[in-house]
Amino acid sequence: MKKFEGLPREIIALRVSQEIEDNSYVNLGIGIPTLVSNWLEGRDVILQSEIGMLKTGSLAEGNDIDQDLINASCQPVREVQGTVYFDICESFAMIRGGHVDVTVMGAFQVNQSGDFASWLNPSRGLSGVGNIGGSMDLAAGAKRLFIAMEHTANDGSPKIVRDLTYPATAKKKVNQIFTDLAVIEVIPEGLLLKEIYPGLSVEDIQSVTEPRLLVARDLKEIEL
Amino acid sequence: MDKTVKDVEAALSGIEDGATIAIGGFFAAGVPRLLLRALAEKGVKNLTLACGSGPLLGARSELDAFLRNGQIRKVIDSYGLFRSATKGGQHPFEQKVRAGKIELEVYPMGTLAEKYRMAGAGVPASFLPAGAGSMVEETTITNIEENRKKRETRVIDGQTCILEYALKPDFALVHAYSGDPEGNLCYRKTARNFNHVMAMAARVTIAEVENLVTSGDLKPESVHTPGIFVKRVLKVPRITFDITAL
Repeated sequence: MKKFEGLPREIIALRVSQEIEDNSYVNLGIGIPTLVSNWLEGRDVILQSEIGMLKTGSLAEGNDIDQDLINASCQPVREVQGTVYFDICESFAMIRGGHVDVTVMGAFQVNQSGDFASWLNPSRGLSGVGNIGGSMDLAAGAKRLFIAMEHTANDGSPKIVRDLTYPATAKKKVNQIFTDLAVIEVIPEGLLLKEIYPGLSVEDIQSVTEPRLLVARDLKEIEL
Repeated sequence: MDKTVKDVEAALSGIEDGATIAIGGFFAAGVPRLLLRALAEKGVKNLTLACGSGPLLGARSELDAFLRNGQIRKVIDSYGLFRSATKGGQHPFEQKVRAGKIELEVYPMGTLAEKYRMAGAGVPASFLPAGAGSMVEETTITNIEENRKKRETRVIDGQTCILEYALKPDFALVHAYSGDPEGNLCYRKTARNFNHVMAMAARVTIAEVENLVTSGDLKPESVHTPGIFVKRVLKVPRITFDITAL
């Protein structure tokens, strides 16, 4: 399968960060979503971490590492002025209760209805168990759910598919998909292609995307 | 009231084969590692370890000891497997799960937190939305096929919800930064995580504390877990470890 050169992971994260408004509470998942935090420094955005922290600081290094202070991906992080800690039930009350404005997650697959799969890779051969973590609670309570991922899998096969072949995390929850090649909005009619990587055509994007894409009237190149 | 115990034997007394034991901690943060070491040494078997988010991945040497001794029957967790499939495939825990020698039962993290909270709060069950539209809505998620139980669901305000029951462990092992003899506890930074709710949930909660202070030394407004939820308090040294090695 043809594979296109697109945005590096850090720049996908930058594009996601532009979609996050000031005064938002945001939860970032593992992978590309974690990188979004690098672009939010200095912005009036508060990061919520499932482990029980509001105002999660940047990744800690060297002497700044504290073994009692990690994010939900087990990475050492920094405390900042105004950081708050709380227990897990309170943390998930924020998440499930719809108090988080924007949730950004990675995924194995997303389909045209806004269903997505992220928790179980069948090829791992573990008889139907995987790591759910907070993904399903986050999806259940999300006001706006963004997926940030590579457009295709390592073998070039589409990750934006007609029907999920991996077990779903949640259904009809995804609002926008940010990949190395495109920005796509999930609308009731299907998937609306809004932005494409400079130099690529709609046909190029369609060739690595399973469902038929709708094209926005104001389609433009991804602007950073 | 004085709930302090003098050593790990006294702390873990009454734990027998077949017990369900909640383990506090979230990956490496706030895991009661000295109590876990003592549990491995005690050698009790056929245990169900009720976790929240991967404390056994954060306490690798203790997990390895449990596996060497063949102590674990079942693990309940939301994130019980190594993130890396390669690393996981090489580890005896995942190999035992794959072979069906250890049962792994998985829940969404917030649902699992709520199952412990319900147990502590005397709420037998409630309808929760996480997992709707996924396999979680159909059966319990476990690697042991015959243990997959059909779930009950109900549509409430247009949202499919899943009936989840309280999860009441026999014992909880929790880790706190400070505690007093009456069992009032304070946690440090993100090491609080599941420790508080598990202390509420269990029939017998055993707290290891890095700092044992006198009654009245904790600021009354700042106690995280009131002592009524805690049965035993053990003073332990602070152990340091490299979280970046995980």
